[in-house]
Amino acid sequence: MPLLEVDNLEVSFGKHQALRGVSFTLEKGERLGIVGESGAGKSMAAFAVINLISEPGRISGGSVRFDGRDLATLPPEELRKVRGDRIAMIFQDPMMTLNPVLTIGTQMVETLQAHREISFAEARRIAIEKLDLVAVPSAEARFDSYPHELSGGLRQRVVIAISLLCDPEIIIADEPTTALDVTIQAEIMALLIRLCEDTGMGMILITHDLAVVSESCQRLAVMYAGKVIEEGAVNAILQAPQHPYTRGLINALPQMNSRGGLLTQIRGTMPGISELPEGCAFHPRCDFANAACKTAIPELRPLGAQNVACIHAGALKETV
Amino acid sequence: MNAPLVSVKGVEKRFPMPSHFLQLKKPVLHALRGVDMNIQRGEAFCVVGESGCGKTTLGRVIMGLLEPSAGEVHYEGTRIDTLGEGDRRPFRRKMQMIFQNPYASLNPRMNVAKTLAEPLKMLGDGMSAADISAKIDDVMAAVGASKEWLTRLPHEFSGGQRQRISIARALITDPDFIVADEPISALDVSIQAQVLNLLSKARQERNLTYFFITHDLSVVEHFGDRVAVMYLGSVVELSDVAEIFERPKHPYTRLLLSAIPRIGGQAFSAERAPGEIPTAVNPPAGCAFASRCPLAHDRCRVEMPVLRDAGGGAMAACHALD
Repeated sequence: MPLLEVDNLEVSFGKHQALRGVSFTLEKGERLGIVGESGAGKSMAAFAVINLISEPGRISGGSVRFDGRDLATLPPEELRKVRGDRIAMIFQDPMMTLNPVLTIGTQMVETLQAHREISFAEARRIAIEKLDLVAVPSAEARFDSYPHELSGGLRQRVVIAISLLCDPEIIIADEPTTALDVTIQAEIMALLIRLCEDTGMGMILITHDLAVVSESCQRLAVMYAGKVIEEGAVNAILQAPQHPYTRGLINALPQMNSRGGLLTQIRGTMPGISELPEGCAFHPRCDFANAACKTAIPELRPLGAQNVACIHAGALKETV
Repeated sequence: MNAPLVSVKGVEKRFPMPSHFLQLKKPVLHALRGVDMNIQRGEAFCVVGESGCGKTTLGRVIMGLLEPSAGEVHYEGTRIDTLGEGDRRPFRRKMQMIFQNPYASLNPRMNVAKTLAEPLKMLGDGMSAADISAKIDDVMAAVGASKEWLTRLPHEFSGGQRQRISIARALITDPDFIVADEPISALDVSIQAQVLNLLSKARQERNLTYFFITHDLSVVEHFGDRVAVMYLGSVVELSDVAEIFERPKHPYTRLLLSAIPRIGGQAFSAERAPGEIPTAVNPPAGCAFASRCPLAHDRCRVEMPVLRDAGGGAMAACHALD
C-alpha cells in the first residue's frame, strides 16, 4: 500500500476549478516530481495534499489517504499534528520562510516544541544535529545566527534542517531551488536526494524544470491546467513522452543539437482557470487535436509504462 | 580580425555603500573589476554568471545607463561612455535593450501603439504619423503580434506577449546592436522557446548583433557564438561556445557546467560542500574564485589572475594554466 494516495483531488475557487481531479501515489522513500508551467496547479496540488487551501478556495472533491486517514476531511487540530511533523514542506524563497528577527536556533526550538514536549536543551541538541545533517558548517555557531547573516544556499539548508526536525515521512519541496544559482541548486538537490536515501523519507518535488526532475526523481507527473496529463516512471516519460504537451515541453528545451536552428515551440499559452476550453484543455495548442478533443475530457489511462490523459495517446508513435 | 562593433576596455564600476561615519574603510561594492571584451558585428555574444557577478551592470554600462568608474566603451571605434546626451542620440538609435521583466519594463499607462511610437519620437527626426505607423506595422509583424494589440494596455497581455512587445520596441529604431538582459528568464518553458525563436529570426532578418546576458548555460549552448563567463565582477573565461562546452579551461566554468541539470544527466549525483560566492563589497585580493577552487594555491590568494590565451582560441584567467 502506498504511503500517500491522492485520488481525484479537486480544489475550487467559487465556480472555477483550480484542480480538476489530481491523482498520484507516493511510496515510502520514493521521489515524485510534479512539473508544470505557472498556473498549471502544481503548487496548488502540493498545498491541497496537506489541506492548506485558504479561503475562498476549498477542497471540493477527492481524497488524500495518508496512514489510513483522509487528510482532505481531517479536523484542523488533527491536521496540525500531521503538518510539519509527519509531512513537512519547504518553499521557494528561504528568506520568506525564515523569520528575519529571530535567530535560527529560536525558530528551530520553537518548531520542535510545537510538536514535542521537550526541554530547550534537548531541542537545541536535536536542532544542531539537523544542521549538521544538512552540512551547515560550524552548526553550533550558526544556531545563534540570524537569517540575514547567511548566504542564500545556507538559508535553504537551514530551511531543510527545520523541515527535518520531526523526522517527517514525506517532504514536499515547492520549487526549492528556483531562487538559487545553478551551482547552489546542484548542492541543494544532491543534499535532498541524500536525505531521502538515508532516512527513507519520500519527497514530492514541485518544479517547472524537467531536467531537475530527471536528475532527482523516480516518478514524474506532468500537470496542465489543473490536471495531471501524464504520469509514470521518469525515464519512461522522458524517453518516450506520450502526451503531446509533454512532448512539446521536452522539445522546447534548448539543447546542443538545437544549435543555430529554431526550437520546437508550443503555440499559444496555457488557459487560466476561468477560460478553460471545452473538452481537452490542451486542444487549442495541440497539433494532433481533432473534433473529438473538443468535446471529451480525457482521463488518465495506462499506456505502456505510464498513464496518459489523451485520446490519441498510443496513436502518436509514428509521428515522432 | 575585423574591427569590433562594440569594445569594452578596462571597465570598472564601483558603488559606494552606506557606511557608519566612524568607519575608516568605506565599504565599496566592486560590481565590475576591469572587464575587457570585443563584440564582433553579427555575433551573438553571451555573458553568463551567477547572481551578483556583474553581468547586468556590464550591459547597463555598455548601453550608457550607468557610467563606468574607469575604463572605456567604444562603438564602431567611437568612445561613447563620455558622450553627453545630445551626442549620444545617434547611438541610442543603433543600440537597444530588452529587459528581463516584461511586467516592469513596459509603462502600464501606455498602450502598445504609444509604447512603440515613443522611441521614434524621442529620436526627434520628425517622422510623419504615416511613417511611424508603417514602422509599427513592420515590427509588429516581425514579432508575430496582431494589429488588435495596438490599442491595448500592458496588463491585458501575458508575460510572453509582453516580451514580444518589448522586443518590438527594441527593433523599431532599426538597431544594429541589442543588449538582451535575461530576456526569457521570467517566462515559462514553452514561452521561452517562442521568444528565443523570435530573437533568432530577428537576428537573421535584420543582421543584428546581440549582447545576451543569461544565467542559463543551455540557452548559451543553443543561441550563442561566443561566451564570456563572469565571476564577481571579472571575466574568468572568454571562448567560442562549442569550445567552452567541450574543453572548459577555468575551474569555475567547469563547476558551472557540471552543475547544469540535463535530462538523463548527473549534476546532482555527487554531494558538494556548501560553496559561497564571496561578497563584492571590498572583495578579497587575489583570485575571487580561490575560496571555492579545488586547484587554489598560495599565489591565488594574493595575486589576481588576468585573462590570457588558454589554447583553442579561448582566454581564461587562472594561475593553474601557467
